[in-house]
Amino acid sequence: MTTEILLAGFGGQGVLFAGKVLAYCGLMDSKKLSWLPSYGPEMRGGTANCSVCISDEPIGSPLVLTPDILIAMNGPSYDKFINSVKSGGKAFIDSTLVDAKSDRTDIDCFYIPSTEIADGNDLKGGSNMVLLGKLIKETGIFNYDTIQKAIEKVVPASKMHLIENNLKAIKLGMNY
Amino acid sequence: MERSLMKGNEALAEAAIRAGCKCFFGYPITPQTELSAYMAKRMHKAGGVFLQAESEIAAINMVLGAASTGVRAMTSSSSPGVSLKSEGISYLAGSDVPALIINVQRGGPGLGGIQPSQADYWQATRAMGHGDFHVLVFAPCSVQEMVDMVVKAFDTADKYRIPAMILADGLLGQMMEPVSFPEINPDSVDKSSWAACGHGNKREHHVINSLYLQANELEDKVNERFKRYEIIKENETDAELYLTDDCDILVCAYGASARIVKSAVNSAREAGIKAGMFRPKTLWPFPVKELNKACKNASELLCVEMSKGQMIDDVKLAINCSKPVSFFGRTGGVIPTPVEVLEQIKKIGGKI
Repeated sequence: MTTEILLAGFGGQGVLFAGKVLAYCGLMDSKKLSWLPSYGPEMRGGTANCSVCISDEPIGSPLVLTPDILIAMNGPSYDKFINSVKSGGKAFIDSTLVDAKSDRTDIDCFYIPSTEIADGNDLKGGSNMVLLGKLIKETGIFNYDTIQKAIEKVVPASKMHLIENNLKAIKLGMNY
Repeated sequence: MERSLMKGNEALAEAAIRAGCKCFFGYPITPQTELSAYMAKRMHKAGGVFLQAESEIAAINMVLGAASTGVRAMTSSSSPGVSLKSEGISYLAGSDVPALIINVQRGGPGLGGIQPSQADYWQATRAMGHGDFHVLVFAPCSVQEMVDMVVKAFDTADKYRIPAMILADGLLGQMMEPVSFPEINPDSVDKSSWAACGHGNKREHHVINSLYLQANELEDKVNERFKRYEIIKENETDAELYLTDDCDILVCAYGASARIVKSAVNSAREAGIKAGMFRPKTLWPFPVKELNKACKNASELLCVEMSKGQMIDDVKLAINCSKPVSFFGRTGGVIPTPVEVLEQIKKIGGKI
């Protein structure tokens, strides 16, 4: 089975980084995986998004059109993608920045004030990790140990001090 | 073997360095730029030369110069930039100088767009420049295969003294997948019989040249080259055959399209349609024998490309138009979906 994940938000919110963390989680757990960023004009000021596929079998198209899991970090991304989530899927929405509530009953929507949580804990820019924490808790796709190892791998050696902050944000998300 | 996560563009660059590439000349263009950037960072540490040229034309001519001395040299670009290089590629072929050119394709014609495309198939396999010649064309469909094919391309180019091209696309270049680098021994092909690498007054000097003003002399040169092409056609084709033994419908696709087709073929099988896939890994030489084997039991072929239909010509030629071949494609940077391809397979399945 392939789990298709779509992460979307403004450029600068760490959408691609959060996708990379998920991809590295797949690597740590010896899964098949792919990570595909949007690289068009939309990433220059508009919405940035990235597709992550995690699977036990070889991955066909790496482009996620109908995600099992959606992370929406701003209004335009929520509007664009909420209706593309597969029936039975899950959506994780930053409710600090997204006012809307979906009327879909065939998917589970989690509204997390992730920007507020991150800012309130002196973790500015950690909204992406708060959402990721909630995601791994609700989907069970990876455990905390895996995501810890993944973050240690993704964060460049020159920015080691950020590992702790990212992990703190993950935990806040898991406990929300 | 340790797996790491890399973008296709970066994996191409790392593989080239490991394959003994000593000179990279390029000019940035989306969606290929990470390749040049990686080379800028790594090449000097690996004891090689990275140079950002003033243009694509300059870059390919630097490749011609460097490769003439016998070192492994390469350039990379995306569609419009590759068009600019075509003159230099023709000179490489006309001078029998091996080198590697990478095309991470984007939509065209003209400046086109920056999204993935496969619209340069004709250019790569038919008209990579003026004159009677071919270049080897490899078509990877995963980041791992990008690594493997860079090594293969350098080795094969050296073996036959012919330029080689990796025909990738923006999707493969931008995506990350786990990749491992096998122990690579850069093929130690002896180039001392032709390379202009200094003679210390101990032998006649070697001339790297593509100009032959006597028609007979030029004809002999080209004929000799085409004899080599025959040997290449005989020995260097490669393809993946997927569920082809019993297939009614054979779907042909290369590169990124093949990933989408494979998903669609799997879905078709689940729906009880006997579909299979033929994926050429070499586009020139085209795997004629392999395709004929793959379609032995098929009643119809479907070609899927990110273009208006270019490889379909080679598919028809390879089977001598002995079976119906239909086409489905998206162009301009639009990536076909597995659902769209499945619909096409079902349409054909309904007729059979």
